[in-house]
Amino acid sequence: MRDAGMIERAPLLNAVTHLLMIAGLLVAAFPIYVVFIASTHDLPTVNRVPMPLWPGDHLVQNYATVWNKSDFGAKMINSLIVALGVTIGKITLAALTAFSIVFFRYRARMLIFWAIFITLMLPLEVRIVPTYAVAADVAEPLRWLVWLFGFELGIAPINLLNTYTGLILPLVATATGTFLYRQFFLTIPDTLVEAARMDGAGPLRFFWEHLIPLSRNNMAALATIMFVYAWNQYLWPLLITTDARMATATMQLQKIVPGPLFGQPPVWNEAMAATLLVMMPPLLVVIFMQGAFVRGLVATDK
Amino acid sequence: MAEIAIRNVEKSYGKTAVLHGVDLQIANGEFLVILGPSGCGKSTLLRMIAGLEGITQGEIAIDGRVVNALEPRERGCAMVFQNYALYPHMTVAENIGYALKVAGLPKAERDRRVAEIAQIVGLEAFLARRPSELSGGQRQRVAMGRAMIREPKVFLFDEPLSNLDAKLRVQMRLEIRRLHQRLQATSVFVTHDQIEAMSLADRIVVMNQGRIEQAGPPRLLYAEPATRFVAAFLGAPAMNLLPATMIAKNRARMTDGTEISLDPERFAAEIGQAVEIGIRPEDVMIVWPGSEGAHQVEVEFTEDMGSSRLIHTRLGATEFTVLQPTAQIEAEGALHITLPEDAIHLFDAGTGRRLAGKATLIGLRASAAA
Amino acid sequence: MDRRATFSNLWLAGALVAPQILLVIVFFYWPTVQALYWAFSTQPPFGGTNQWVGWQNFQQIFSDAVYWNSVQVSIVFAILSTALSIGMALLLALMIDRQLAGHKAYRFVYFWPYAIAAPAVGLAFRFIFAPDAGFVSAINQLAPNLWNPALKGWDAMLLIVIANSWKMMAYNFIFFLAALQSIPRGLIEAAAMDGSGVLRRARDIQIPLLAPTLFFLLVINITESFVDSFGIVDITTGGGPARATDLMVFKIYSDGFKGLDYSMAAAQSIVLMFLVIGLTFVQFRYIEKRVHYA
Ligand SMILES: Nc1ncnc2c1ncn2[C@@H]1O[C@H](COP(=O)(O)OP(=O)(O)O)[C@@H](O)[C@H]1O
Ligand SMILES: [Mg+2]
Repeated sequence: MRDAGMIERAPLLNAVTHLLMIAGLLVAAFPIYVVFIASTHDLPTVNRVPMPLWPGDHLVQNYATVWNKSDFGAKMINSLIVALGVTIGKITLAALTAFSIVFFRYRARMLIFWAIFITLMLPLEVRIVPTYAVAADVAEPLRWLVWLFGFELGIAPINLLNTYTGLILPLVATATGTFLYRQFFLTIPDTLVEAARMDGAGPLRFFWEHLIPLSRNNMAALATIMFVYAWNQYLWPLLITTDARMATATMQLQKIVPGPLFGQPPVWNEAMAATLLVMMPPLLVVIFMQGAFVRGLVATDK
Repeated sequence: MAEIAIRNVEKSYGKTAVLHGVDLQIANGEFLVILGPSGCGKSTLLRMIAGLEGITQGEIAIDGRVVNALEPRERGCAMVFQNYALYPHMTVAENIGYALKVAGLPKAERDRRVAEIAQIVGLEAFLARRPSELSGGQRQRVAMGRAMIREPKVFLFDEPLSNLDAKLRVQMRLEIRRLHQRLQATSVFVTHDQIEAMSLADRIVVMNQGRIEQAGPPRLLYAEPATRFVAAFLGAPAMNLLPATMIAKNRARMTDGTEISLDPERFAAEIGQAVEIGIRPEDVMIVWPGSEGAHQVEVEFTEDMGSSRLIHTRLGATEFTVLQPTAQIEAEGALHITLPEDAIHLFDAGTGRRLAGKATLIGLRASAAA
Repeated sequence: MDRRATFSNLWLAGALVAPQILLVIVFFYWPTVQALYWAFSTQPPFGGTNQWVGWQNFQQIFSDAVYWNSVQVSIVFAILSTALSIGMALLLALMIDRQLAGHKAYRFVYFWPYAIAAPAVGLAFRFIFAPDAGFVSAINQLAPNLWNPALKGWDAMLLIVIANSWKMMAYNFIFFLAALQSIPRGLIEAAAMDGSGVLRRARDIQIPLLAPTLFFLLVINITESFVDSFGIVDITTGGGPARATDLMVFKIYSDGFKGLDYSMAAAQSIVLMFLVIGLTFVQFRYIEKRVHYA
């Protein structure tokens, strides 16, 4: 019997293929496995070289220690709030913007499209320093904006450091989702809009009753990607949270290991337990939303 | 050139059987058309000949050699795919010459052969272009050239014309026919278009739901369809099929109560048997009211087609179409028709098989065998 | 993109885009402009007025050996991790695309690394490659300090390259596989009929048709390695030892937030921005071109 995708028999090549696929599996899964195993041993066992490859019996103890020591529960909740906030914010704002750009006729729409699209070019990391300054007083650009329109208002400084708003908003301010929706909206035939208008639907009704249901797949894809993206944020939360109560789980990894250059080695079993806690939520999302994740990744990046 | 023997071939994908025992002999140099509705298993059969699909049961032999275990490249077949499957990143010349390159022919030899083929398919001026810069018909020619260059024993075509517009399709049909006359290579051509089949084939194989319904030259299939399916599938407008019951050796009664006499020499039906009477729209005669054996039909609407007119009517509860060669009489309300006895086909209502008697069109059979 | 059927309620159109435009201005354009301004001025971190200094900040960073070191390190890192991750991903995607038994299970696991946060990836690899624990240090039994990323620059570089490649491999794999699966099956079959075997088809048909994806991934991987590697470096090597892994994005962070030298950080940000924009433009130009196979 031949396998589904094959055209000809090639036993040798098939054997090589299987070997390579297994090697790939090891490469992909081994680090995750090691993290898990290391998190189940006591410290002396973990520090043996090479470490044993079977689980130990300190799992509960290690996780309990990490959980309590760095208040991981609260940090996971913060991460969840940020991830969901970014996800929901992005899905909503991007849909509204794309709707306006694609389905309304006005002069500025190409300008607006480009203004948003350009943000794809510069990830947060490269403009991190001034973005931090904005978060420290978000009223500053607003003051300038108002001034541009000829007013002068004494807006009091608004400090977003150590707030969920500060953690979430800068991550929402990019074009990823907008672009995805736009591409999708452009595939919707004119006749559908016309039919809806013949049925007496206004723009908002059309948006809510036609576009949103049609976009369900795209939304799932975008949501999966954004959740993973937001949960995995590291540099940004590190900068704008100084208050331990606002810390996210991902940035917490930096706090539980000593800096790489100095001091003694990390307490590996606990560090690996923390690592696993941090990797699990996005990994689970990807595992359960595999299709949406792949679609989202391929669609948002092209 | 080669002959192909397909012996009791079956194909299943997992549990779903797609072909249920196909037997077929294809003669050396024959142009065989496999005709059938979409999903009946035509492509599967063709791809099994090509070696692109495994054979679940039975065997296929090319030139007497069983090829079940051979790879596609070892079978000496070339294939023209429905969407051409041209290599988008290669020029026309590279597309046509790819097989020779794989075979390791020196460049000079390859170029010579490509030029030769390009001339045959009329692409000399386009050799440096990419497929995306060609029209549909030109792409079709590249696909043909690519198949021809290997001088295969067998040409396989999988609905190669269905992506072309109607006019081009007719033109390419003629070109394929011309090429076959010139090369005389065994060709198997799959299509769901009966006109294409009729015009191209030395012999047509009609398939339905993974089985062969009938095989034979186009004229035979048209004149003497072996099953109700073939009768309905071949010919446009389609044959009328009227349910009836045999009330005597030579008489059938239709559902509207009217009767029709049948030549017992031609048809072998039992009294009381449920049958279907088939008659092609062009064979129906329009007569004056009161003529002998006239049936009355209710005209629903007509389609004027210029030289002829298609009248859609009802005979009792059954839809019934009449093709009027010249548009003389304006048909309205009721129309009177007769069904000429020698134009009638009779099928068993249960099995759908033709109820053939002694006298058949022997002349046609003879020419099919030749 | 012109549609015939469009709505024309201007107020509504404006209201719909307003939230995102506001966010983009506040969190994108404002900081970007500000970075430009800072790059050409010196200033006390909070409050006070800035002094316009023209190109002085740039002159300063470009004459700084430490800065050039970080440029060099970034380039080495970009080249190595891009080559490694793209190479592995391409190989795996070609294997999976053969659809042998079990390929779906393998494929499923190959996605995973991309879901994992950069610092978590970093910490996992820091453990596996630790000089005194984990696995790789087993070779230190042959000779002390044969492997020690805490002391040896190249060991540290290798460590972050491998960690980053592992993560990006998953990403590249997804794109390669998507591209491979979008190649019409008929093309592969036609090539098989033309006598071409599995390997030959990979070389003559599949890989050439992957060229646009390959190019796209090259750009993305280089960009990501400039930008997204912060989490890995910060937690594995901290830029060391002796600045051997002091990537540009990491140096911006250290200068800006540890050294509190906003002007220097801003000037470096501007350079990095231009690099990233340049790469993106190259990619856009190419995207225009790649339509032509369609
Ligand atoms: N790879 C496959 N797996 C399962 N079923 C298939 C596969 N390929 C074809 N079939 C089924 O086999 C039947 C015949 O297909 P095909 O030969 O392509 O039909 P045709 O060419 O006559 O339209 C169809 O019902 C189709 O759904
Ligand atoms: Mg078919």
